[in-house]
Amino acid sequence: MPDGFFDAPVSVGAGVAAAAGIAVSLRGAHRELDDRTAPLAGLSAAFIFAAQMINFPVAAGTSGHLMGGALAAILVGPYAGVLCISVVLLVQMLFADGGVTAYGINVTLMALTGVLVGYGVFRLVMRLWPPGAPRRAGLGAASFLGALASVPASALVFVALFAIGGTADLPLGAVLGAMLGVHVLIGIGEGVITALTVGAVAAVRPDLVYGLRGQAAPLQIRTPETAEA
Amino acid sequence: MDGLGRLHRPGDTPVHRLPPQCKLVATGAFVLAVVSTPREAVWAFAVHAALLAVVAAIARVPPHFVLRRMTIEIPFVAFAALLPFVAQGPRVEALGVPLSESGLWAAWNILAKASLGTAASILLAATTEPRQLLVGLERLRLPSLLVQIAAFMIRYADVIVGEMRRMRTARAARGFQARDVRAARVLARSAGALFLRSYERGERVHLAMLSRGYQGRMPVLHEAAATGRQWAAAAAPPALAALVAVAAWVAAWMVR
Repeated sequence: MPDGFFDAPVSVGAGVAAAAGIAVSLRGAHRELDDRTAPLAGLSAAFIFAAQMINFPVAAGTSGHLMGGALAAILVGPYAGVLCISVVLLVQMLFADGGVTAYGINVTLMALTGVLVGYGVFRLVMRLWPPGAPRRAGLGAASFLGALASVPASALVFVALFAIGGTADLPLGAVLGAMLGVHVLIGIGEGVITALTVGAVAAVRPDLVYGLRGQAAPLQIRTPETAEA
Repeated sequence: MDGLGRLHRPGDTPVHRLPPQCKLVATGAFVLAVVSTPREAVWAFAVHAALLAVVAAIARVPPHFVLRRMTIEIPFVAFAALLPFVAQGPRVEALGVPLSESGLWAAWNILAKASLGTAASILLAATTEPRQLLVGLERLRLPSLLVQIAAFMIRYADVIVGEMRRMRTARAARGFQARDVRAARVLARSAGALFLRSYERGERVHLAMLSRGYQGRMPVLHEAAATGRQWAAAAAPPALAALVAVAAWVAAWMVR
């Protein structure tokens, strides 16, 4: 989003919120990843940047692409996920894609709201999934619903901020309805892509999927003695 | 967008030579002044644009270079163009179509401020190397961990995007065409493989760094503080822009 959509107080306020969120995530990620934080979060950010370029065909010549907040959170964890999206936005801003004063708002919408809601819903569905039901379906459903929820949630925060400090005099009820309607549709696409991608990673390296931590059976090391026993 | 360093135009002008932290602060302050300018003061935006034009001339960045890169804001301009039709308030007739007066002002507001902000960012990126931008952010006391993450992203973005392109070529070579939703499964499998390759590359990079003595922070190779004259030179455009914004507010207040 470029400059000019929001007035200066809301831009600065969102900037403060974004800075606080990034500071908390830096601490959290460092606690989890230690000195692996920089290369792993950096490469994951590069992946999100590249994955946003993949065009997924929808219908009749239209196509969508990933936004990636929920995907990043499920794959690398909520803290590193916030950092990935924030850094992608930061680098895009440095290269003139996204306004300088809109950076705080962009981080609040896409990194903080997207990751918090996406990962929160993901966790909730994983917990509520019946233990007897197939686990792969549970992972898929949780990823789908998490990503689906994250997109209209960001749109909701956008409308809320616009109500406080938007630069246009729009009928808010109608804007809210239109934004939510459109973003639920976008969210379905985001959910499908996220669930399929998480599934593809989990099929090969389930140990790398942060959202599956503590769920996989511990690795068994079989030596000749244990095999005999 | 292809690649990240394409915006940079190497040169040796006074703007290029300014320390990156001065240019970062100047760009941020300039855009904040632009955003704070009342939208009714059309003349003020002309002065803001003239300030940018002077900086571009000193930096020898040709106008068409800036204008071509500004096409990135087109989706948002399209949103602004809708506002006169959907906003509330009294209407004015234009060619027989009733348009909202406040919507017209809102559209002009977004168009002017977004364009000036984008042009300022393009000038910053055109006159500063990507690596230098990060050095500037670090000198501005941004958390060093965040700067490191951004540095790794910039350094490896081209590698990962290149990997993604090779996967696309490989899919095309096997006759794959993304026609409808059913293609999503194949594309998502590619995205998953791309994540694994990126993450595993990160693990290898970390090991390579450890073997070279990495202990959680990058060595500082050149610590050069900006001189007062450099700060003053960088502060000139945003200071003038802030003056213009204040003058526009005072003028609007006196008219009322």
